[in-house]
Amino acid sequence: MAEWTEEITHIAGTDLAMIKGGKGKPLLVLHEELGHPGWMSYHQELAKDRSLIIPIQPGYGKSPRVDAIRNVHELGLFYIRMLNEMNLAPIDVIGFSIGGWAAAEMASANSKIFRKMVLVAPSGIKPAEGEILDIFAVTIGTQVNATIHDAAATPEFRKLYGGERTPEQFEAFEEARTESARIAWDPILNNPSLPFFLQGVKGLPTQIIWGREDATVPVSAAAAYKDALKNTDVKLTIFDHCGHRPEIEKSAEFVKLVREFLA
Amino acid sequence: MHIMYFTERPYRDVPEDEVIKNRSFFGVPNRFYDAQVGARLYNEYLDEDVYAEEVGFDGIMLNEHHGNPFCMGAVMNVEAAILARITKKARIVLLGNPLPVVKNPVRLAEELAEIDLISKGRLVPGWVRGAGSEQIFNQANPAYNREYFNEAHDLVMACWTKPGPFRWEGKHFNFRYVNPWVLPYQKPRPPIWIPGVISAETVIWCAKHKYPYIGLGTALQSTVELWNLYGQTAAQEGYLAGTENFGYLQQIHVAETEEQAQQQGRAALFGGGAANFSRPEHTLPPGYNSKEATRRLAKQATDYGFLGITSEKLKESQSGDVRHIGIPKQNGDTRDKLRRGEVSIEEAKRKIYANYQKAQDGLQIIIGTPKTVIPKLKLIMEVLRPGVFGLFQANGPLTTQQRLTSIRLMGQEVLPAMREIAKGLGIVDPFEREPGSRPYTAGTQYDSLVDLEALKRAPKRDESVRV
Amino acid sequence: MILMYFTERPYRDVPEDEVIKNRAFFGVPNRFFDRDVGARLYNEYLDEMVYAEDVGFDAIMLNEHHGTPFCMGAVMNVEASILARITKKARIVLLGNPLPTFKNPLRIAEELATIDCISHGRLVPGWVRGAGSEQIFNEANPAYNREYFEEAHDLILAAWTRPGPFRWEGKHFNYRYVNPWVTPYQKPHPPIMIPGVLSPETVVWCAKHRYPYLGLGTALSATAELWNIYGDTAAQEGYVAGSENFGYLQHVFVAETEEKAQELGKAHLFGGGQGAFSRPEHTLPPGYNSKEATKRLARTMTAGSGGFLGVSAEQLGRAKTNDDQPGNLQQVADSTRRRLARGEATIEEAKAAIYKSYQKAQDGLQIITGTPKTVIPKIRTILEVLRPGVFGVFQSQGPVSFEDRMTSIRLLGQEVLPAVRDIAKELGILDPFERQPGTRPYTTGTKRDQLISLEALRAQS
Repeated sequence: MAEWTEEITHIAGTDLAMIKGGKGKPLLVLHEELGHPGWMSYHQELAKDRSLIIPIQPGYGKSPRVDAIRNVHELGLFYIRMLNEMNLAPIDVIGFSIGGWAAAEMASANSKIFRKMVLVAPSGIKPAEGEILDIFAVTIGTQVNATIHDAAATPEFRKLYGGERTPEQFEAFEEARTESARIAWDPILNNPSLPFFLQGVKGLPTQIIWGREDATVPVSAAAAYKDALKNTDVKLTIFDHCGHRPEIEKSAEFVKLVREFLA
Repeated sequence: MHIMYFTERPYRDVPEDEVIKNRSFFGVPNRFYDAQVGARLYNEYLDEDVYAEEVGFDGIMLNEHHGNPFCMGAVMNVEAAILARITKKARIVLLGNPLPVVKNPVRLAEELAEIDLISKGRLVPGWVRGAGSEQIFNQANPAYNREYFNEAHDLVMACWTKPGPFRWEGKHFNFRYVNPWVLPYQKPRPPIWIPGVISAETVIWCAKHKYPYIGLGTALQSTVELWNLYGQTAAQEGYLAGTENFGYLQQIHVAETEEQAQQQGRAALFGGGAANFSRPEHTLPPGYNSKEATRRLAKQATDYGFLGITSEKLKESQSGDVRHIGIPKQNGDTRDKLRRGEVSIEEAKRKIYANYQKAQDGLQIIIGTPKTVIPKLKLIMEVLRPGVFGLFQANGPLTTQQRLTSIRLMGQEVLPAMREIAKGLGIVDPFEREPGSRPYTAGTQYDSLVDLEALKRAPKRDESVRV
Repeated sequence: MILMYFTERPYRDVPEDEVIKNRAFFGVPNRFFDRDVGARLYNEYLDEMVYAEDVGFDAIMLNEHHGTPFCMGAVMNVEASILARITKKARIVLLGNPLPTFKNPLRIAEELATIDCISHGRLVPGWVRGAGSEQIFNEANPAYNREYFEEAHDLILAAWTRPGPFRWEGKHFNYRYVNPWVTPYQKPHPPIMIPGVLSPETVVWCAKHRYPYLGLGTALSATAELWNIYGDTAAQEGYVAGSENFGYLQHVFVAETEEKAQELGKAHLFGGGQGAFSRPEHTLPPGYNSKEATKRLARTMTAGSGGFLGVSAEQLGRAKTNDDQPGNLQQVADSTRRRLARGEATIEEAKAAIYKSYQKAQDGLQIITGTPKTVIPKIRTILEVLRPGVFGVFQSQGPVSFEDRMTSIRLLGQEVLPAVRDIAKELGILDPFERQPGTRPYTTGTKRDQLISLEALRAQS
């Protein structure tokens, strides 16, 4: 049974690859800097009553790089353009890591583009304590490993990364890291102006989700995001015994929380 | 033939254990730098350069690396400036300023022009993309590395050759008022030489620009391939490449007796040598290599380059230090094992020095008396026919006297022999014949740039040996 | 007292008409640069500096300017590198690297550390915000000039003193891995000296950092004011400022006879001198000066005061100008230039106007030229007024022969420097190496040291 499809659409000035699956109200899903992980259990669950729209970020997979996207803010502007051309706004969004940062940039530019926003451990704001992991000065293995708190307790992680590394997988990782370096090298995975502009967001209910043991973006960044979004309804949920990827580390709780929030 | 003396100006006093513990030179914390030692070493290296000129070297080569006890020339232009004044006829060869890390290419253009003037036209600037560690150290986005390099190159050229004032609006650099008062001595501009390891793109770029390409001690087989690639590109560009388009750098140590040489030459392996230059995560940051180069790197079993980029290393950089990611890590090299605590520093050291003979057999290092080193150099010269030859002093803990003796013996005995050999082989350098000045008629045959027969006689490099 | 030799390393061969036609040195097209002249001049200037060390100067000063025949030290660190090796005891004083123009301040930290090591600890780095023309030449946003300056300064000091590796995430600079292998010879870091013209913010900043401040030949009264600001700030910071906190740069040219000195001294006005350094549009790009500094600049532009960079009251838009009166160097240069721009003056007239101000420039001490006997008393005046621990002698800018320049250095070394040292001793002047700046605690409520002599100042004016 085809749970999802991949299609290439000429939109927002480029030939964008997009994963679509599920039925119901549309839900925009912005993947993380390692790329779209594949159709995980959380996708499957959410797809039961939502129609997932997962653009493959320009520069990843089959989506060609867009030179005009020079930083994550402009990545957000790209997605806004895409949504407008697809006539999907206002839409619910869930963004993971750099995808969450991009969603925040979109909201800061035009919060009316979203109905509700879920941010899952987004980079983009410097934490008060600790440092955002410099994913560009570590090996892929270190980067991937740092996303999970307890690999043994995360079956989907092993599913993703166990076994022999294929050359294609290596290339895909390199590509992903190249594109994220291109747009997020300096400042180091954050936008110092983002908090200021997030303060202008009104009427956009937001759910921030984080793992307390997040070794990629320290959990103190969650408070920074919450504080920046002070002028709108914002909830923060922190999972214990959880790293940077609550969506696969605490899948059931994660899905429940998101479903309830988006209802 | 242009023969140049090269030392990386290593901080020879760094405790070897610290390097091995750190699993590379790059990133050894700078608290191990003693400025008094540094001051002495810098001046001794300058003394060596002056001495090298005295004993007959045609050129002094410098290089640049940041944050690394392997090379104190973080800003080699400082030493180049001094050489401009304290040497008289030697060329000052910079291989090379890493353009992507400089950030202000106009300032670099001014700086090099000043040095060229003070030296009355003896500067040979050279540029590199810079090792991965240089990008990380200097906060230079590796994803834009090649673009930075190309644009900075074009901008420096414009500074030197386009009358100012003019505006430069590029993709990565903007300058609203380019009018450097100080321009180089050499006209239309100084000659440019480009060093490289294994990148085909670099070779092609050089050939298109008619810049001599200097192979940094790469395995003969790979080097031959790259030179043929250069030659083909040159032909497409309409000119004949020749010995004047190539140079080669060779690690070497010479002493009065073979016994002394063998004893001292171990210094070349100190700390793991160039193979321990930097760790994988710093060597190949994301976006640094094009897809093509990455694939080629993965395929190439034989080559190690000066920066320890082997196919193993490449796989390391992919899978890193995680057992359950990608390929299982039962194997993996000594550094891997060190990181996992599976070997001690002593064992790691032993493994390094165990390769001493193999490294000589594979010509990665040439150690001996003038009598025993000359034939080995001759073989390289026969295979590669380089118009420029660099003799690279060992990086490890030799005494000042041992180093000076090596220079003296090279000057007195090795250089004259090399010049004879070069004459016999019909090798000319870029000052004797301008690179790119001989037109090529399409469809005609051209002389081989390399000697494949001689290559057959040359030893094969053991790919597991890293120096 | 530290006695310092300084030449701007001018390209003395530039056709004066081109400078006047261009209305400034900055921006003269580089087709007028001749490589043989440049090569010769660089090496002669290095010869001068070695000679200066020989005859007794304690320090050699360099400066940096871009895109101008006024100064060939676009990258003065090149010359500094050479001096590190070819001099033996003289300090190498860089006044100063324009920090906002670098783009990679970490590289400057490495570069200066290397030079300090090679010289066995004789480097005195100094930093400036850089003239307006430097921002334009180096594409450095003038609106962020002060921020760039301060952050680059902090970063360089951190690179030198904080053990690596560490991350730097600032407003303008980010470095993910700061761990320069080479750190300076002098610990905890080389002594820093800051040159300035008329910015009170710079003076206050210096005082807060306990960096000696060196006045670049600014009018005595204006300079005295600034030093009092420094002294007051020092007191607030809890220390007593003294002669060790100050330096002064003064043009001095010496010849065997008064007649020769008068003839050659004129060369300092060549092309309009400092007054023609750069045109107004390049001198003060938008955002470069704070409002406070602008006001002060406007107030202090009285007769006899000339900034080094052609900043006049006119350029600040002050209302009244009197084009016909030969006033100070600044006003003359500027008003003539404006007339030139409007086609109302010829190059010959412009030149005449420039050189007409020669005597006045000597009276105002902008130029000191004479035999040892006649220059010493003038220097004494400056020392009495300003009491600077560092005194820089600024060589002629114009077309004077190499031999005459060397003669000036010789006479300075043989006769002037010894006399100056005696005067300094008599006046109780200490330099920053004899007494570390900022080491004398100040007790609130007490009187701080007199930094200047008002009587001497009045006597001079």
